[in-house]
Amino acid sequence: MGNVSRRAMLGATGGLIAGGLLKTQVDALTMANDALGQQTEQVGGRLGGPTSVLGERAPGEQPRRVMGAPAVTSSSRSPIEQLRGIITPADLHFERHHAGVPAIDPDRYELVIHGMVDRPMTFTLDDLKRFPSESRICFVECSGNGGAAYNRNAPADRAPSQIDGLFSTSEWSGVLVSTLLREVGISRDATWLLAEGSDAALMARSIPVEKAMDDAMIAYGQNGEAIRPEQGYPARLLLPGWEGNAQVKWIRRLEASDRPSMTREETSKYTDPLADGTSRQFSLVMDAKSTITFPAFPYQLPERGWWEIRGLAWSGRGRITGVEITTDGGRSWMPAQLQEPVLSKCATRFRHVWNWDGSEALLMSRATDETGYVQPDLETLIAARGEGTAYHYNTIRPWRVQSDGRVFFGQGEGA
Amino acid sequence: MRPLALGVAALGAFACAPDAPGRDGNTAMSSAAAANNVEWPRSFQIGRDATPAEVAALDIDFGPDGAGAPPGSGSVAEGKIVFDSKCAVCHGATGQEGPNDQLVGREPREGFPFGETRGLRRTVGNYWPYATTIFDYVNRTMPMTAPGSLTANEVYAVAAYILFLNEIVPEDAVMNAQTLVAVVMPARDRFVRDDRDGGRVVR
Repeated sequence: MGNVSRRAMLGATGGLIAGGLLKTQVDALTMANDALGQQTEQVGGRLGGPTSVLGERAPGEQPRRVMGAPAVTSSSRSPIEQLRGIITPADLHFERHHAGVPAIDPDRYELVIHGMVDRPMTFTLDDLKRFPSESRICFVECSGNGGAAYNRNAPADRAPSQIDGLFSTSEWSGVLVSTLLREVGISRDATWLLAEGSDAALMARSIPVEKAMDDAMIAYGQNGEAIRPEQGYPARLLLPGWEGNAQVKWIRRLEASDRPSMTREETSKYTDPLADGTSRQFSLVMDAKSTITFPAFPYQLPERGWWEIRGLAWSGRGRITGVEITTDGGRSWMPAQLQEPVLSKCATRFRHVWNWDGSEALLMSRATDETGYVQPDLETLIAARGEGTAYHYNTIRPWRVQSDGRVFFGQGEGA
Repeated sequence: MRPLALGVAALGAFACAPDAPGRDGNTAMSSAAAANNVEWPRSFQIGRDATPAEVAALDIDFGPDGAGAPPGSGSVAEGKIVFDSKCAVCHGATGQEGPNDQLVGREPREGFPFGETRGLRRTVGNYWPYATTIFDYVNRTMPMTAPGSLTANEVYAVAAYILFLNEIVPEDAVMNAQTLVAVVMPARDRFVRDDRDGGRVVR
């Protein structure tokens, strides 16, 4: 099949995706794949295609990020219900930008570290790559992820990606921030680092030095290749287990200080108002969470019988120690199997085989992390924070299976 | 923003050389030092000194203590001129109409019910704890299509005008490095540090 027809096909599909409805997206992909399949059908005994310098996905496997119309101040979501394992392909990693994706020349890139240091220093990208390196697999999650579920009247026609798709997991490679702070000689009196990006918003957040010295990284690699432009190319701050906004992309500067800078993103935004008339600031760690990704809207179980309930669990405080599953709306809970590897501050796959008898069922998952924290239900979190709170929505997500096999988000009206 | 207080004179007075980085055991990798038994040098001699000029060009942040705030000033009246021509298209003629973030509004004046009540608008007047954040954010990010294009005087003026619209400063106010730091925002004492710490208690 020629490239032109493929591009035309995918272009048509993209237009429908921009239309926004997941159902439309699925239909469009099915149509495109049917057409492509007819053109690429293999006949036994026929010689296959040649080697190529860059692989492509199979014509029938074309997952896409979930989003509305393209925008520079917006987000796109990982299609978590279409993914296997724990690693998110880099081109499907969720996006959240405040002023678009900058185009940065890697040969001109520099990171400046200054402030309360012995020696203010400038590092090129080659410099950063020359330092002792580290790699780790961990998640990045927007702290607004799950907002659609923090609502007693949440719409039922929501897919896992539409609720929890601001969440992705990668193998990140780079240099530990502690290595760089050692090189510049950070003062023992420095308690905060201002991290600043070079996007048009010059996005800036204050980061405790304690975290920087623990496991923070200046990442330049993602899943074996250079990080994607949308993820901060050529280098970003990575703060394992912490909210995505603080993990400043396109990072150009770290300033050591003894107080936070009180940027807009840590005052006006990304603070969590509480029911007691206060607002929680620097709420950076992501609490334990889990969600079932199958079966879930818009899937319809075609028949009763054996199915595997599958999902993802994670905690910003360490390892997931257990995930429990209920299929009867919480009357009984059973431990799910955790798929190795179970890593700290990382997505963990869980699964549970289930013999569906064809009657209505309410599926939920409940994660526990190594601190003993148990993922709360909606009413528990509302009682703790109030209905109007913002960010860090880690409530248990219910999925209702109808007797006809159709699955809906099971919390809102009509659930 | 900080002046370069720790210059040459401070070199050698205290050289912080932390131990191998703390790890939580996520990966199979430990620090490079432990992995190959080579003790790290005091310095890897990678990178170069940042010049005072390049640091000064980047060091634009303006925090609550006002350290390093740029010279300049702007009045409410001057701010209205800037706002009308460069801000109102996104934030509305009086900072309340959108389509982007609502900047102006003191309601609800009693209490701070943002956690309790769903759907309240968080504005500069009812939610922002520090007036310096207005300068810092406008200076680094606004206007959206031409960030960095405003002079320091214009940014001080816009801050003055937004504070005036929110009934926080009088109509004859002039904002500069000293007066902006001195503004006490209505929500100043509403913010608390994170008390979540894992474990059994849901906070």
